[in-house]
Amino acid sequence: MVNTKVQLSSLTLDNPVIPASGTFGFGYEFAELYDINVLGSFSFKGTTKEPRFGNPTPRIAECPEGLINSVGLQNPGIHAVIAEELPKLAKCFHKPVIANISGFSVDEYAYCCELIDKEPQVGLIEVNVSCPNVHNGGMAFGTDAVAAAEVTRAVKAVTTKPVYIKLSPNVTDIVSIAKACEEAGADGISMINTLLGMRIDLNRKKPIIANKMGGFSGPAIFPVALRMVYQVYEAVNIPIIGMGGVSSADDVIEMMLAGATAVQVGAANLIDPFAAKKIVEDLPRAMEQYHISSLKDIIGGAH
Amino acid sequence: MVKQSYFTILSQRQLTSAMYEMVLEGDTSALAAPGQFVNLKLEGFYLRRPISVCTYDSKTMTLLYKVVGKGTAYMATLPAGTKLDILTGLGNGYDTSLSGDRPILCGGGAGVPPMYELAKVLIAEGKHPAVLLGFNTKEEIFYEEEFKALGADVYVATADGSYGTKGFVTHLLDLVKGYTYSYSCGPEPMLKAVYDATNTSGQFSFEERMGCGFGACMGCSCKTKYGNKRICKDGPVLAKEEIIW
Ligand SMILES: Cc1cc2nc3c(=O)[nH]c(=O)nc-3n(C[C@H](O)[C@H](O)[C@H](O)COP(=O)(O)OP(=O)(O)OC[C@H]3O[C@@H](n4cnc5c(N)ncnc54)[C@H](O)[C@@H]3O)c2cc1C
Ligand SMILES: Cc1cc2nc3c(=O)[nH]c(=O)nc-3n(C[C@H](O)[C@H](O)[C@H](O)COP(=O)(O)O)c2cc1C
Ligand code: FES
Repeated sequence: MVNTKVQLSSLTLDNPVIPASGTFGFGYEFAELYDINVLGSFSFKGTTKEPRFGNPTPRIAECPEGLINSVGLQNPGIHAVIAEELPKLAKCFHKPVIANISGFSVDEYAYCCELIDKEPQVGLIEVNVSCPNVHNGGMAFGTDAVAAAEVTRAVKAVTTKPVYIKLSPNVTDIVSIAKACEEAGADGISMINTLLGMRIDLNRKKPIIANKMGGFSGPAIFPVALRMVYQVYEAVNIPIIGMGGVSSADDVIEMMLAGATAVQVGAANLIDPFAAKKIVEDLPRAMEQYHISSLKDIIGGAH
Repeated sequence: MVKQSYFTILSQRQLTSAMYEMVLEGDTSALAAPGQFVNLKLEGFYLRRPISVCTYDSKTMTLLYKVVGKGTAYMATLPAGTKLDILTGLGNGYDTSLSGDRPILCGGGAGVPPMYELAKVLIAEGKHPAVLLGFNTKEEIFYEEEFKALGADVYVATADGSYGTKGFVTHLLDLVKGYTYSYSCGPEPMLKAVYDATNTSGQFSFEERMGCGFGACMGCSCKTKYGNKRICKDGPVLAKEEIIW
């Protein structure tokens, strides 16, 4: 018998497989297809203070081994998430869920995190700091160490549950930002969000995405994500949730060897709605193949 | 209810220079209404390709697709016997209960295919649909005979006047007296023209670029009078009353 349990701060997961925010909605589409309680947990759709429609369409573009999305945080707003989505989710998911929170100001982050922290279903808060910061000259929180630390401190001050800061890869030095979040009190790091990308329609000779650019993810970004997790693992002493292109049990093991304690699966869920379940089911086979008896023993094993 | 399964290509037939008919064998149990679509995984392409179900029975499903890019061009090369990973049962489809006795079915170009199953169902329900088809040229016309064989009244318009009435599907409206309802699928300008030209209620099928096709990614959202909807899950068919252009 192999042991797939891992520990994310106060949260014990049956396995490290977690569908990533924005690729799993609030769970129900998938609960119709399989019992989502086989998952370690899942991270729900990025939630903001106000309801958002997001960006104009088209907001999806295909790429070799991946896709670009410019959904732009479409969500019903924190109050509707608490009043409507979480009660619906309670019927099909009985494990602690990861709350993914976004904001456009430090106050908004704190406001949403304080509210969601009180929800018993929520086991961990994942703070997405890769949105444009309207109060900071248009710069993203996640691309500036000082701003990322400021959000971390503000959220930590109003919450009791583990707070993981989700970092943007669109920076020159992700390590310094991760360290700034750790110093500001983050319980963990979640990484990576999508890489800024673009496609042009050759017939129209204009960008495919209405917003011109969007976030690139999928198997194509796996080596970049893996490298960043490896670098951040060397620099911080808090757990890392690794993601970016993970599509198989082998990818999960590779990401954990680089330093991830748990692993998120994003784009793969969109291509194959059973992807996360298949990865969970294939993990014991992969562990035996690579002579791993307990997954938690391999975290950072490549260093 | 979404289903993932493998289908085997039984046959492929070229209908016009760009339109192909693919007949597949597999588990069609998830198909529930005309106007639904399937999402095909193609070797070498990351995203699936959404294609409407043209018609189906207990074992087979027919898709009509236009070659417009690399994925559909690759589909056209696949020989009989090829196995394809397909998500079926996607989208809401058309509601035939609202049609009245004399609905018009407006199909434009690559939007014609779902009208076939719809006409079949309406006729089986004892109704008398009039099928209005719009194409660019005579060479691009397909399935006219197949629609007639169902027993539907068929009217064709071509933009260049090389066959049937010169103009668009909306130019065929005058030929149908006392229609009770409209069903449409085609390019957005055609949908808008039908929406404006018809004096009855109706249902309109929309297209959008999709990440997943089953409601998970919010890639295909649109605004309606009844709130935000996902074309793939809450659509692709929207009621006339809720559409915001
Ligand atoms: C609900 C629905 C039903 C459809 N039914 C049919 C049908 O019955 N017959 C038919 O010929 N076509 C249909 N289409 C359009 C068909 O999906 C596209 O023509 C096809 O995806 C193009 O793929 P490609 O690789 O050849 O083109 P490329 O341009 O190379 O494709 C690149 C990417 O853009 C997407 N894309 C390109 N055009 C469209 C489009 N019009 N709509 C959505 N995504 C697009 C592709 O899926 C792919 O992800 C339907 C679309 C939708 C949304
Ligand atoms: C369609 C889509 C929507 C996403 N929405 C969010 C979001 O709301 N919040 C967030 O933190 N990340 C979001 N992401 C990023 C993913 O959670 C993940 O970090 C990224 O896609 C990398 O993983 P992947 O390569 O496995 O997709 C989204 C990704 C996709 C593809
Ligand atoms: S394509 Fe993913 S929600 Fe519609």
